[in-house]
Amino acid sequence: MKYYAYYPGCSMEATAVPVELSIQAIAKPLNMDLSEIEDWTCCGSSPYGSVNKVEAITIAARILALAEKTGLDLVTACSSCYIVLSEARSLIKENAELAATVRDALAAVDLEYKGTVRVRHLVEVLFNDIGVEAIAAKVVKPLTGLKVACYHGCQQVRPRYGFDDPEMPQWLDLMAASLGAEPVPFPLKARCCGSSLIISKEDVALQLINKLLTNASENGAQCIASTTCPLCHTNLDAYQSIAKRRSKANYNLPVLAITQLIGVALGLDYQALGLHKNTVSPRDVLAPYKSKLQEVKT
Amino acid sequence: MRKNSSQTFLKEVASIPGSNKISECIQCGVCSGSCTTAAYWEHPPRKIIAMVRADMRDDVLSSNSIWFCVSCYLCTAHCPRDIRPANIMHALESLALKEGYKPPTRSPAMYKILVDSIKRNGRVHEFGFMFKYYFKTNPLAAIKMLPLAIDLLTHGRMPLMPKKVKGKDEIKAILAKVTAGGAQ
Amino acid sequence: MEPKIGVYVCHCGSNIAGTVDVEQVAEYARSLPAVEIARDYKFMCSDPGQDLIKNDIRELGINRVVVASCSPQMHEPTYRRALQEAGLNPYFFEMANIREHCSWVTEDREKATEKAKALVSAAVRRVYYHQPLAANEVLINPNTLIVGGGIAGIQAALEVADSEHKVYLVEREPSIGGHMIQLDKTFPTLDCSACILTPKMSLVGAHPYIELMTYSEVEDVSGFIGNFKVKIRKKARYVDEAKCNGCGVCQTKCPWTADSEFDVGLAKRKAIYTPFAQAVPNIPVIDKDHCAYFLKGKCRACEKFCERDAINFEQVDQFVEIEVGNIILTTGYKLFDPTPLTQYGYGRLDNVITSLEFERLVNAAGPTGGKISLKDDTEPKSVAIIHCIGSRDENYHEYCSRVCCMYSMKFAHLVSEHIPEATVYEFYIDIRSAGKGFEEFYNRVLREGTTFFRGRPGEVTNVAETPEEKGKLVVQFEDTLVGRQRRIPVDMVILSCGLEPQQDAEEVARLFSISCSADGFFLEKHPKLDPVATMTDGILIAGCCQSPKDIPDTVAQASAAAARVLALISKGRVEIEATTAVIDEEKCSGCRICNLLCPYTAISFIEDKKVSRVNEALCKGCGTCVAACPSSAITQKHFTAEQIMAELEGILV
Repeated sequence: MKYYAYYPGCSMEATAVPVELSIQAIAKPLNMDLSEIEDWTCCGSSPYGSVNKVEAITIAARILALAEKTGLDLVTACSSCYIVLSEARSLIKENAELAATVRDALAAVDLEYKGTVRVRHLVEVLFNDIGVEAIAAKVVKPLTGLKVACYHGCQQVRPRYGFDDPEMPQWLDLMAASLGAEPVPFPLKARCCGSSLIISKEDVALQLINKLLTNASENGAQCIASTTCPLCHTNLDAYQSIAKRRSKANYNLPVLAITQLIGVALGLDYQALGLHKNTVSPRDVLAPYKSKLQEVKT
Repeated sequence: MRKNSSQTFLKEVASIPGSNKISECIQCGVCSGSCTTAAYWEHPPRKIIAMVRADMRDDVLSSNSIWFCVSCYLCTAHCPRDIRPANIMHALESLALKEGYKPPTRSPAMYKILVDSIKRNGRVHEFGFMFKYYFKTNPLAAIKMLPLAIDLLTHGRMPLMPKKVKGKDEIKAILAKVTAGGAQ
Repeated sequence: MEPKIGVYVCHCGSNIAGTVDVEQVAEYARSLPAVEIARDYKFMCSDPGQDLIKNDIRELGINRVVVASCSPQMHEPTYRRALQEAGLNPYFFEMANIREHCSWVTEDREKATEKAKALVSAAVRRVYYHQPLAANEVLINPNTLIVGGGIAGIQAALEVADSEHKVYLVEREPSIGGHMIQLDKTFPTLDCSACILTPKMSLVGAHPYIELMTYSEVEDVSGFIGNFKVKIRKKARYVDEAKCNGCGVCQTKCPWTADSEFDVGLAKRKAIYTPFAQAVPNIPVIDKDHCAYFLKGKCRACEKFCERDAINFEQVDQFVEIEVGNIILTTGYKLFDPTPLTQYGYGRLDNVITSLEFERLVNAAGPTGGKISLKDDTEPKSVAIIHCIGSRDENYHEYCSRVCCMYSMKFAHLVSEHIPEATVYEFYIDIRSAGKGFEEFYNRVLREGTTFFRGRPGEVTNVAETPEEKGKLVVQFEDTLVGRQRRIPVDMVILSCGLEPQQDAEEVARLFSISCSADGFFLEKHPKLDPVATMTDGILIAGCCQSPKDIPDTVAQASAAAARVLALISKGRVEIEATTAVIDEEKCSGCRICNLLCPYTAISFIEDKKVSRVNEALCKGCGTCVAACPSSAITQKHFTAEQIMAELEGILV
């Protein structure tokens, strides 16, 4: 059993509920304990950094300090939380003045951040700690013939955190392939989904979403296997129909978080994987791979 | 830059954590060349940095450009001097917000409401935040988004009430300490 | 004779006097035992300064000298010479470094002066025990070894050999020529590279004073300046060099192929091959990894068709030991591999190529006969050339590779020449055209209609956003001079890759006991005043192995290294450190620990006396044996226990 200090992030409780469900569902068969850090609070995400950087780093440091107390690696599936927490860590390390501010602020709530905790992305943990072969060995329903476009998104691979290529990452493809699926070439696999512009300037974001989905569809994808980032998943899934309508396109690409895809191959219950909560229904595309499961409710 | 430099705006930006290497920029343009949304920027990222160095404070903070940064970090990954342009754009956003600049984009409102939600609930309450945001900035757009909202709601992806988090008091205390310390 | 010490405290302008109270130090020195006279002076190393010392020796009978000034690295030779000129043995001298070790490391006047006094006291006490020593001279071996047969090695070899002294030129590839032979035309004159290089290569091959060893590598080096012993491995060619006449039939008949290294993988060569037509020597080698005989025991076609019976599959690597007096390293560079810059698509997208690949494409003797063609054999109508790939980039190499701007513009010219209707785009950050005729060449290329865009591209992509972009490579960049992001569709992208050190530069450096600088290139003795020497006397460096540079600069450095070598050969002898180790044979127990420890194999064991003895000519005075001897039987001249203890006393008391 591998233990981690799991940090879900605010979106996992709301728009990204299907992703979170699938993460917890596959944790057990893969022998991972992803218990939430107790009493976690928001990391600030990108917006707080654009409002007040020092405050943002400090509230992120609270999470780092809480995780440090457990002695385990901090693991998050939200790419934004991953970047915020990693960056907080490195900025505190390189800036003595900032470190002092953080120390005093945390001391006010009886917390201490020593700088020892490691911040890791769930995808990297699945790849390095569990291993693609180990996951493949547990597959009960190989996804043979399923053409997936593996969408890694931006913040899982950039700036350089030392795992996977920042432009043409491969890990999700390797993982999908180990499940028996067929990853298709997808040149825009690490390009932006529009991120929070979907709220403040949705026409720009919708154009980006459309570009991604068109590229995937033109390369023969039947569905998208996305990183676990809530915003990427939501933008491609929940906003797909709006993007389609605005650009008059006609793709129909169910967006499965990689953890949902793994869950399907492991023969897990579709509801447990949150598949019934996806906006673009994966029912048809996953029909050939049902093992002993319930109907996917739309 | 030197301690006694007259480039006050540059110094100000460089003092924000993460933006300290701005003066090492060689203006190569790879940031603008990689930028996902560059076509929408009034002044592409490289030019913004040049304008900061030229002390064009007002022009920079009032432009719509920096608000189009989607944090895709292509600029940061490609920069040959490792100056982290994305961080610099975020730093400029924070300066613009602090001074009350009202650029022609709804991002400032969004950021403020989101940060508010964190301060109040300890976590972002997505429904509350979205509601306030659309109400404040663009009620008509909210109506267009209604089908999506209903879809998310019925799929259990939009809890109506915020979770009760004890940590929110700690957040308050932490932030009070940071403000008291006179940071930024 | 009773020691009479003269102490001279230098002001060094304000370098020392600005922090150290030099008069106080001189006053203090007067109070030390055996000090006859103590002076302070503005610049001791100057002629009048030195005269002070010489006069005191002649008139006051001073027979030990201490100069408290800068580092011995600077002026120990100066002062020793002064002593010699006044008739005193130069080893009666000691220097106290009150600059680099004192005035330059603190601003505290009091502390600096105190330390200076301690250092002077140490030097005074030590010099009391100095003995007269005589520097040995040994004759040097007039042979020279040059490692690396590119233009640098070729130039150096010819210059030294023309003086009618022997040169060994060792090259690891089957032929000399280096990278220059791969180039098409050279900037700014647009000379055909092979045309200007091959005459020199022929000269090397035919020169009576050059022994050319190709397909060979240096295995071991020992000795010191003037007297190096080098072991060289001559790799088996499986072709008898004495019999082969270079007719080339074996290559025609060989049915097995491999990627041609010379053509950077764009064409094939045979398993038995000479890398290119003008190879020197024109003797093929058999590539074991692709030869059917070595892999499967079959074929042997080359052997069948060779009229001179020159094929010999039984050949083994040969080892040769040579003795030389000087070594010049001219091992060259490696082209940066742009694969890690995935945003430019090298290796993933068709028609994105490196600079060396383009040189081969455009060369008339290349894989396409000089036709610049795309993967589908058609001609590009538009070409993008992207500067600074792997250079000026903290993610890869911080340095500028110096030659890429010029060769990029050369490419623009060549494309315009070969395909007049093609559009050529140069994507640059700065244009560096500082050499003779270089700026003029830039102007020429502008006049020819090349388009220059200032902006390092963000990416090269094949994902089209408009109909014009379909089927093309799109360069996305910011046109920084107008401040707008733009996309230019082109047919071909050439990546102007930088120059980096050879893959094994570090190992080679270790082999020759030299260092590498932080960027991985060989470290020169002084970047401004001594760029071809290294910290190891007798080992010189020239060309791109020292730093990226173009052919004119490479040739200049090669000539500089050759001049250095010829100067030493002309002198014929070199001074050996007088501070050698001496074994007291009465005390030596014959344990031989020192024999094994000596890094210069300078100690031998005398069988009949059962004692060890130091060969003064080989000893470098490193002190290892002195420290290791369990019987304390070894003393080092000029570093005796007495002298060292006295020095310590001076510091501590």
